[in-house]
Amino acid sequence: MTQSNQPLIFELSKSGRTGCSLPDLDIETQPLDDLLPRSYQRKEPAELPEVSELQAVRHFTALSQRNHGVDTGFYPLGSCTMKYNPKVHEDIARFKGFAHIHPYQDSATIQGALEVMYRLQISLAEITGMAEVTLQPAAGAHGEWTGLMLIRAFHEANQDYKRNKVIVPDSAHGTNPASAVVAGFEAVTVRTNDRGLVDLDHLKELTGEDTAALMLTNPNTLGLFEEEIVEMAEIIHEAGGKLYYDGANSNAILGIARPGDMGFDVVHLNLHKTFTTPHGGGGPGSGPVGVKQDLVPYLPAPQIIKQADRYVFHYDIPESIGRVKPYYGNFGINVRAYAYIRTMGPAGLRKVSEFAVLNANYMLRRLEPYFDVPYSQHCKHEFVLSGKRQKKQGVRTLDMAKRLLDFGYHPPTIYFPINVEETMMIEPTETEAKEVLDEFCDAMIQIAEEAEDHPEIVQEAPHHTVIDRLDETKAARQPVLRYEKQ
Amino acid sequence: MSSFRYLPMTDEDQVNMLKTIGVSSLGELFADIPASVRYQGDLPIEEALDETSLLKEMSRLEKKNVHTKDYPSFLGAGVYEHYIPSVVNHMLLRSEFYTAYTPYQPEISQGELQGIFEFQSMICELTGMEVANSSMYDGPTALAEAAMMAAGHTKKTKILVSEAVHPEAREVLATNARAQRLELVEIPLKDGMTDIDKLRSSLDENVGSVLIQYPNFFGQVEDLQSIEEIVHNEKAMFVVSSNPMSLGVLQAPGHLGADVVVGDAQPFGIPSQLGGPHCGYFAVNKKLMRKVPGRLVGETEDRHGQRGFVLTLQAREQHIRREKATSNICSNQALNALAVSISMSLLGKQGFRELSEQNIQKAHYAKRKLKENGVPVVYETPFFNEFVIQLTKPVKEVNESLLAEGMIGGLDLGRFYRGREDQMLAAVTELRTKEEIDRFTTVLGGLI
Ligand SMILES: Cc1ncc(COP(=O)(O)O)c(C=O)c1O
Repeated sequence: MTQSNQPLIFELSKSGRTGCSLPDLDIETQPLDDLLPRSYQRKEPAELPEVSELQAVRHFTALSQRNHGVDTGFYPLGSCTMKYNPKVHEDIARFKGFAHIHPYQDSATIQGALEVMYRLQISLAEITGMAEVTLQPAAGAHGEWTGLMLIRAFHEANQDYKRNKVIVPDSAHGTNPASAVVAGFEAVTVRTNDRGLVDLDHLKELTGEDTAALMLTNPNTLGLFEEEIVEMAEIIHEAGGKLYYDGANSNAILGIARPGDMGFDVVHLNLHKTFTTPHGGGGPGSGPVGVKQDLVPYLPAPQIIKQADRYVFHYDIPESIGRVKPYYGNFGINVRAYAYIRTMGPAGLRKVSEFAVLNANYMLRRLEPYFDVPYSQHCKHEFVLSGKRQKKQGVRTLDMAKRLLDFGYHPPTIYFPINVEETMMIEPTETEAKEVLDEFCDAMIQIAEEAEDHPEIVQEAPHHTVIDRLDETKAARQPVLRYEKQ
Repeated sequence: MSSFRYLPMTDEDQVNMLKTIGVSSLGELFADIPASVRYQGDLPIEEALDETSLLKEMSRLEKKNVHTKDYPSFLGAGVYEHYIPSVVNHMLLRSEFYTAYTPYQPEISQGELQGIFEFQSMICELTGMEVANSSMYDGPTALAEAAMMAAGHTKKTKILVSEAVHPEAREVLATNARAQRLELVEIPLKDGMTDIDKLRSSLDENVGSVLIQYPNFFGQVEDLQSIEEIVHNEKAMFVVSSNPMSLGVLQAPGHLGADVVVGDAQPFGIPSQLGGPHCGYFAVNKKLMRKVPGRLVGETEDRHGQRGFVLTLQAREQHIRREKATSNICSNQALNALAVSISMSLLGKQGFRELSEQNIQKAHYAKRKLKENGVPVVYETPFFNEFVIQLTKPVKEVNESLLAEGMIGGLDLGRFYRGREDQMLAAVTELRTKEEIDRFTTVLGGLI
């Protein structure tokens, strides 16, 4: 990474420069006043920066050099599945026949795109053990909301209006309770027991006539498989509720266990995690939702179906919850995920999960002597450490995360899940080689030793980044959210 | 040799790692999965493909699509084809950007954070607002979130939406309104615009927000100034959904009193891709800053006083507030927001204005040409780069003729509005050459 401060692009601006070339108008023009009443016309031009093409290229290149991605180095960010994003997918998504097609073209002129969507719907249904899949949701949280709306529609269709609660474990991702509320439910929290799993007795207490659904991540966000999933499904189903699977991180179960077979009724996937589509610095993603047969009547329209040898948009879903997104979802992302599934095939996907789990367990056992391990059973694709021991030396998990930056790593997810003190959540993924895991573990061990012997090295980290720790309190107290010309 | 190029695990690694873990087989690591739910056999999906075969298969699929690079297109209706400078793609392919996660560690994410800060600043400039967030999924979900935010802020349960708002945006809005048990009332059209008298008579003290599109779905420019007065008289919030490309020539909604401005920035550097991923934006004034959904990037400094950027005001968001968050949104459209700010930076102040003006000029040229060819245009009110054409037969048939001539015709309005099967919504952007427009208008003339 470069050391120098990069000015804002606005600060590089000089009146009269441009970075684009528009053609001369080849038609007879009219004065703007003849086209648009004066009162409708913009008076103060938008102050966009004025830079040449090279200036823009240097600016954004400089910005990229101040950013860490998977291609830069190891990124064991738990719950985020930072695996390799295949380059060939970037080429494929940019094929003209995929990138430059309009959603309102006649379906006869976009048969290839419909075929991709159709095959992806079917592949994801097979992988998750569901009857049908909608590709409309734009991301994980959007999928959660869609799935919960489907459950609500199901209950309401059965004249069952008292089900206003969604049960969510205390270890759940923040989007789970938030989505429940946005879907019109109340979120109630079920406790985690001392093995890091849902407390079944508490679940029984919470479950009743008002239970709309239980939302569960499995393996859960502690990286542990909910061994009593079959019993949990029984408890919920007997009470008339539905089981929702947060499949944002499905990297441990591909070809190994399907949510549908575990008893789940609805599942969403984050294609931007398990299925290698790039995170893009925070999106765009794609969050398809799969459902069991009894929820199919409520899916958003259109679904892609095959009639004889043609692929068509199927709009006739009278009990649909309605649209959740314009057009047909994030097609450009879905193409990449489809290419991934085709690249791996059934055996490859299974290996993905086996190696993701092997990598995580290997790191867990290498680090176990140096950090508190709140739950000691085998983990799945990720695991959680606690920085409790280091905290006694005055070194916080945040400090250790910052110290990892000095070694060129992106730190693990920290302070999530919220039910573990000083959490560090590590997810290596299957695309990292053993050497990388070893080097990272060595760095972690060195930091644990520093915390004992020279805590100030860790407390004052990072030492080698382009910028020091930033004053977040100032950012929130005196918000500056945009550039303004002095 | 392993046939999976993304999987570096060797047999030897595997043996050593299992030994460290203290198990004798991979299977032991999965022993916690009850046998009854373990999947037996191979998933019934297609077998793995090598890279060459993959490319062949994906180009087979791609070639089945007619695309707008070969076929001049007159489709718009919320998704527009514009000039995308080469530089945009080259910068987006800097993999430090696209292979990064959300910038949770600011010290190694300054590039992304600064890029988003610049995006927020440019959206503010375009819309005339004070605060813009770091992006939403798309225009329609941004509009729905605006209505939800307004309902929460005003504690009023009714939403008024103009029928001249994109039909699919209204569908998304309806799904959201049902979720929150809010009442959604549609204001009818009058001559392809929001009926202002009907708007006035529908407003009451229960209305939290009024939603208007600008230019509207038919391409017409709504009279925001008059609407603003009516809306604010009833103390409702004024939400404007706007195609930002039009704001080079049109008054910024923020300068006309809008409380929230949303829309999709797809016209700046993002290909149509069958409708997604695009780039929703969300802008407000300072008083609503803490009600905004999604991520915000703010400026601050480190202990040496060096400027830097962080995610801020996070006490609104789901990872902190859980069920009390202002929205459930987590991932947004960051990379596309970057595409937008790269595009806007390349255009610059002059280029943006010129591009916007080329659109309005080209569309008006097309309208004149149609009239010369005896094809009537439905409305005579001001429009930007889209307008409605009256045909004498179904648009579906006309579009087949156009396709045979190597062109993609406009939207069949009958798809969304009953009785409009013979009306075509045509978009004419700066990309359409005089020759293409002349050909389009001649074909339509011949079919009248
Ligand atoms: C377990 C879990 N659920 C849901 C989400 C939300 O996904 P998205 O960011 O795509 O909305 C995430 C990702 O952060 C997650 O890790």
